[in-house]
Amino acid sequence: MTAATADERGPVTTLATPIALDFDFTPGVAQSRFLRGLEQGKFMGQRCSVCGKVYVPSRGTCPTDGVPTTEDVELSNSGTVTTFCVVNVPFAGQSIEIPYIAAQVLLDGANLSFMGLIQELPATEVRMGLRVEAVWVPEDELAPSLASVRYFRPNGEPDADYETYKEYL
Amino acid sequence: MADSEVLHAAHHIEYPYSRSLGPVLSAFMTGLRDGRLLGVTASGGRIVCPPSEYDPDTGDDVGELVEVGPGGVVESWAWVSTPLRKHPLDRPFAWALIRLDGADTALLHAVDAGSPGAVATGDRVVPRFRPAGERVGSLADIEAFVPEGGAV
Amino acid sequence: MSAARAVRPVSVASFAQAQNVRRDDQRNEVEGLLPVIAEAFGAIGITKDDVDFICSGSTDYLVGGPFSFVMALDAVGVWPPRSESHVEMDGAWALYEAWVLLQEGKVDAALVYSFGRSSLGDLNEILTLQLDPYTMAPLWPDIVSLNALQARALIDAGKATEADFAAVASRSRRDALANPKAQVAGDIPVETLLEDEYVVAPLRRHALPPITDGAAAIVLAAGDKATRWSERPAWITGFDHRIETHALGARDLTASPSTAKAGEVAGVAAGPVDLAEIHAPFAHQELIVREALGLDGTVTVNPSGGALAANPIMSAGLIRIGEAASRIAAGQADRAVAHATSGPCLQQNLVCVLEGA
Ligand SMILES: [Zn+2]
Repeated sequence: MTAATADERGPVTTLATPIALDFDFTPGVAQSRFLRGLEQGKFMGQRCSVCGKVYVPSRGTCPTDGVPTTEDVELSNSGTVTTFCVVNVPFAGQSIEIPYIAAQVLLDGANLSFMGLIQELPATEVRMGLRVEAVWVPEDELAPSLASVRYFRPNGEPDADYETYKEYL
Repeated sequence: MADSEVLHAAHHIEYPYSRSLGPVLSAFMTGLRDGRLLGVTASGGRIVCPPSEYDPDTGDDVGELVEVGPGGVVESWAWVSTPLRKHPLDRPFAWALIRLDGADTALLHAVDAGSPGAVATGDRVVPRFRPAGERVGSLADIEAFVPEGGAV
Repeated sequence: MSAARAVRPVSVASFAQAQNVRRDDQRNEVEGLLPVIAEAFGAIGITKDDVDFICSGSTDYLVGGPFSFVMALDAVGVWPPRSESHVEMDGAWALYEAWVLLQEGKVDAALVYSFGRSSLGDLNEILTLQLDPYTMAPLWPDIVSLNALQARALIDAGKATEADFAAVASRSRRDALANPKAQVAGDIPVETLLEDEYVVAPLRRHALPPITDGAAAIVLAAGDKATRWSERPAWITGFDHRIETHALGARDLTASPSTAKAGEVAGVAAGPVDLAEIHAPFAHQELIVREALGLDGTVTVNPSGGALAANPIMSAGLIRIGEAASRIAAGQADRAVAHATSGPCLQQNLVCVLEGA
C-alpha cells in the first residue's frame, strides 16, 4: 500500500505534532523553604524525626521512613566531595568553560549529597574527599534558585577521611 | 509556612514531535494534501475513516484504501461558543462527528456553521480545504467543514 | 490468568482520601500524599512494613515533569527495598494490578494509592494528549467538547434529555452534602440547574466535573490480614476491566459495551446490588454506565456525590471503590458495584463487585 500522488513532493510520510503546555508549578512547603534559604545565602534542610537523617533539599518527607520531615536545619556552607566527574561535553546554553567538574557535595551535617560545580581548582586536582565551600552570587543577585550558588571551591581544610562519606556514594 | 512563602513558577514545556505515519496514515495524509479524503476497507467490507492500520473493533488487517466523501452527514455535534486557544477556529463553531459519504465510521472535525441553529444531527456538510499551496498533509488541511449548499 | 470472578478473597481493608479542593497550592505531590497514606495505615493500625506490595496510579502530564510517580514513593518510605509498580492510569487500575498479584497467593497485603493535581496546568489541553495523535489530537478537541458530542448523541437517540443530566447533577450535589471530603455540594433543584449557561452545548456547567486536586489510598488484604484488619471485610468478589477502540467515530457513544462486558465478567448480575459508585465525571456518563451495568431504580447510585462532587484526576476511580467498600464495612450495604473509567467518553471501564460477609 503506497500513497499515490501527483504531487512532486511525493507521499507525506511524517506529521508534525508539536505540543506546548503551560503549568503553574508549586514545589511545596519543604522545597520552598530550601529555595527561600538559598535566597538568603544559606542551605536549609530538614531532619527526619524517626531516623534523624537530614535531607537537603528535603521534599517534605523521609524517603526511608515515609514520615513528614518537620524540623528545619540550617547546614554548613562547607562540605565534602563524595564523587565527581569531568565534563568535556558542551551543552546548549552553557555558561561555563569545559572541562568542568560536576561533583556530589555532602554538606556538613547533611545525610544527602547534591550536585554542584567545582571551580578554582584544576580539573586534574579534584578528588573524592576534597573539602569545599559554596561561593554565592553577590547579595543583590540572590534568588530562590540553585543559581544563587555559583560553585564550590576548596576551603583549605585537609581531605575528609573516606569513612566519613562512604555511606553517601 | 504562610501562603506567600510557598513558591510558584511558570513552567512551559514543548515537544516538537514529528511522527512517522506508516502506509495507511501516509496515504490518508497525502490524500488530504491532494484535496481528497480516504477511508480503509476493514472487516466485513466496512469503510473506516479516518483510516487505521487495523480494524478498530477486531484488530484484523485492513484492505484497500478507497476515496470517501468529500461530503458527509453530521452524526453528533457540540457547540463551542468560546473557542479555546488551540481550537481550529477562533470564532464560535461546532465540533462534529461526520460520517463521510461511503464511510461507516465518523471523522471528528470542526463545522464552521456560524450559529448553533445552523447545524443539526443529520445535516450534510462538506469540507472547506485550504488552498493547495498551503496544504501539508494533515487534518488541518481542511480548515473546517461547512453546511452543504449554505455558505457561511 | 483471564479476568474472572475472584478465586482468592481479597478485601478493601482501608480507604482514605485527601480533602478534595480546587487548588492545593501549598503542598507538592509527596506532601499531599503523606497524610492520606498515613490515614489509610493508621485506620487499621498498620505500618508500611505490613504491606508486601505497593502500586500507584498517576500521570506525569498533570505536573508537566518526568517521574513524579517515582518521587511520590517518598511518601511511603521504601526502605528496605520494596516490591512496587505504577500504572499511568487511575488508581483503580493500580488496584486491579495489586489484586491480580494477591490472587497469586504469594503476598497478603498491598498499598494502592493515586494522586494528581489538576490545577497546575490546563486540563482541556493536557487531556487532549490522550487522543489519537494523528487524527484527533492535532485539532486539539477538548474533553468537554468530546463529552458534549456524547451527550448530544444520547439526546438525539432519545435516550436522555438535558433535564436528565441536570437530575444526575442535582442528586449528586445533594448527596455530597453528607460527604465531608466533597468539593462541590449543594441542594439545587433541577429547574435551577437548567438555567446554567452552556459550557459546550448541550453540556451546561452543572454537567461538568469540578477541577480537583486530590489523592487517595487503599489497603488491600487477603488471608488472616483481611479478617484481622476489618471487623466487616468488604470482599472483592468480581473484578474486570475492558477497553474500546480509541477511534471515537467508530464507537456508538450512546452505549458502553466495555462496561457491560466488564460488568458481566465481574458478575454484577449474580446478586442484588444495594449501591453503585459510578465514576462518571460528566453527568450524562452516569446514565450510560447505569444502563450498561443493568442497574435499575432500586440501586442507590453515588451516595458520595460521585465525580460531579469531586474529580481528582487519577484518583476519582479509586475513590469509587473506596467509597463503596466503606459503606459495606459500615454495614450500610451488603453488595456494591464500583466503576472507574479512563480515556475519552468512557473508552475504558473497570467494574469491581464488593460484598460484605
Ligand atoms: Zn527517616
